[in-house]
Amino acid sequence: MPLIDVAGLERTFVVRRRAGFMRRSKSVVRAVQDLTFSIEAGEMVGYIGPNGAGKSTTIKMLTGILVPTSGELRVAGLEPSRQRTDLARRIGVVFGQRTTLWWDLPLRDSFELLQKIYRVPDQRFRENLDRFVELLDLGDQLDTPVRQLSLGQRMRGDITAALLHDPEILYLDEPTIGLDVVSKGRLREFLRALNAERGTTLLLTTHDLQDIEALCDRVIVIDHGTSVYDGTLAGLHAQGGSTRTLVVDLVDTGPPIDVPGAEVRKVEGPRQWLSFPADASAAPLVAAVASAYDVADLSIQEPDIEDVIRELYSHGA
Amino acid sequence: MLHVAVARRAFRRYSTYRAATVAGIFTNSVFGIIYSFAYLALWRQNPDAGGYDAADAVTYVWLGQALLMTVALWGGGTTDDLAERIRNGDVAIDLYRPVGLVGWYLAGDLGRALYHFLTRGLAPTVIGIVLFDISLPPSPTAALGFLLSIPLAVTVSFALRFLVASTAFWLLDATGARILSGALALFFSGMALPLVLFPGWLGTLAEALPFSAMIQVPNDIWLGRHTGLELGSALAFQAGWALALLATCGLVLRLATRKVVVQGG
Ligand SMILES: Nc1ncnc2c1ncn2[C@@H]1O[C@H](COP(=O)(O)OP(=O)(O)OP(=O)(O)O)[C@@H](O)[C@H]1O
Ligand SMILES: [Mg+2]
Repeated sequence: MPLIDVAGLERTFVVRRRAGFMRRSKSVVRAVQDLTFSIEAGEMVGYIGPNGAGKSTTIKMLTGILVPTSGELRVAGLEPSRQRTDLARRIGVVFGQRTTLWWDLPLRDSFELLQKIYRVPDQRFRENLDRFVELLDLGDQLDTPVRQLSLGQRMRGDITAALLHDPEILYLDEPTIGLDVVSKGRLREFLRALNAERGTTLLLTTHDLQDIEALCDRVIVIDHGTSVYDGTLAGLHAQGGSTRTLVVDLVDTGPPIDVPGAEVRKVEGPRQWLSFPADASAAPLVAAVASAYDVADLSIQEPDIEDVIRELYSHGA
Repeated sequence: MLHVAVARRAFRRYSTYRAATVAGIFTNSVFGIIYSFAYLALWRQNPDAGGYDAADAVTYVWLGQALLMTVALWGGGTTDDLAERIRNGDVAIDLYRPVGLVGWYLAGDLGRALYHFLTRGLAPTVIGIVLFDISLPPSPTAALGFLLSIPLAVTVSFALRFLVASTAFWLLDATGARILSGALALFFSGMALPLVLFPGWLGTLAEALPFSAMIQVPNDIWLGRHTGLELGSALAFQAGWALALLATCGLVLRLATRKVVVQGG
């Protein structure tokens, strides 16, 4: 049985608005509808979609703090909203915008409080703490009150906090928001190691597609509350009908290049951009161009995943 | 074990607000003095009002000042944090943890109460003793009973405040409920006026409501008005309300998390 099993999940919100004096109108927002997917233990899945797509709502239901309106939902064999407390011992949650740590306590005290909350045995707690503090480079911050930490330091503290009890599943809701490039890189590296060493299942929500490219073999794209793509990152390129680009520098300025299987997108002096299907081989194209024209240089640009996804969102709308 | 740690942490957190503590003690003392003179004037007119003599009345005033912040009659306890966390959605973090929310916040509130008892409770009592020669508990049993009644008073107050804070799940903001419950607590706890002065059915009603467990009951135990079996039933009255209200908190919380929504993405 999959670790996370979601079938026909739906969640609606009733929103009441003022509609003039003493009158209120009701409208129903479908935050999640007809959502189906399942995730096996040990997977690293990217859960992406535009603002308001229903990502956070899904995570709230998966963790049991929000009751689905209808549909099936099982996580680690439990029904989250009914068995929230049992489930809580087996999952970790990290939010970019919120902290599990206590503002007035030094990091170390926050961790010790969490040890008591999750009843982590002393030995295991020390092992985990040492390991995460080393990997996340938190040693110098352990005695600093959380309110004095930088965003990146606090984030690393939050990730440690979510992992001290060895959760099987780690939900990350925009964990890299506001982090600089170095911190992002270090965090991704850490998550990859975590998955490799401990087999922790990751479900990652982000607007930074580099997070996904660095970590996830699989992506689920959600739009208007329902899944519009579920598969590999490579497959996403094909799905979007995406193209690669051959950049040709000619020796002299000339008319647009005319070769079969490619189309000229742009000409700038001697430089021309040709697009061709992402799944076609570049070799015959390069040969054709080189034999018919005086070529100074050639390069190939891979399709931009952001373009692919933007395309997907606009189709879904 | 966890809850002891939570209580200890709350104690420490509140003890960092030194200036607030000093200002609070000053305010309690000023009100204690003003009320004492007012009560003395009242009791000169009517020397046996409600079965209290003048010394009882002044003692009642200073005990009220001492208990006001200890039980956090008008808020200022961990339930304020709860209301804020419901409003901004941080309560989600609390709910992700395998710990009951009611016990967690109660433990914190008891730690806070201990700090406030040792500072804002003791100081006005000493000042009352020095300035107005207030009476001490007539027997060791009364003193012990009083000490036992404090955590019960705090728990009743906590549970009422928890329910008020929970309205934020539905109303997004607990201010309205807080103002209403603050007014009820002021009158029906015996803070504004001893409940023994309330006439007829109003007095009977006031003494049966949970609010009286916060001020009137501990004060009467200190004054030695409950002895023997009656002392037991006074404590049982507090404990009964504490349990009933805590159970209600659990119920309301379950309802809130089932029906209502945690704010924010
Ligand atoms: N408490 C609520 N009451 C009413 N509507 C809500 C509530 N929470 C979420 N919604 C609506 O549900 C939809 C999905 O919201 P959700 O927070 O899940 O989006 P998201 O995918 O996490 O977006 P983002 O990328 O901006 O974080 C949105 O249209 C939002 O307005
Ligand atoms: Mg979100």
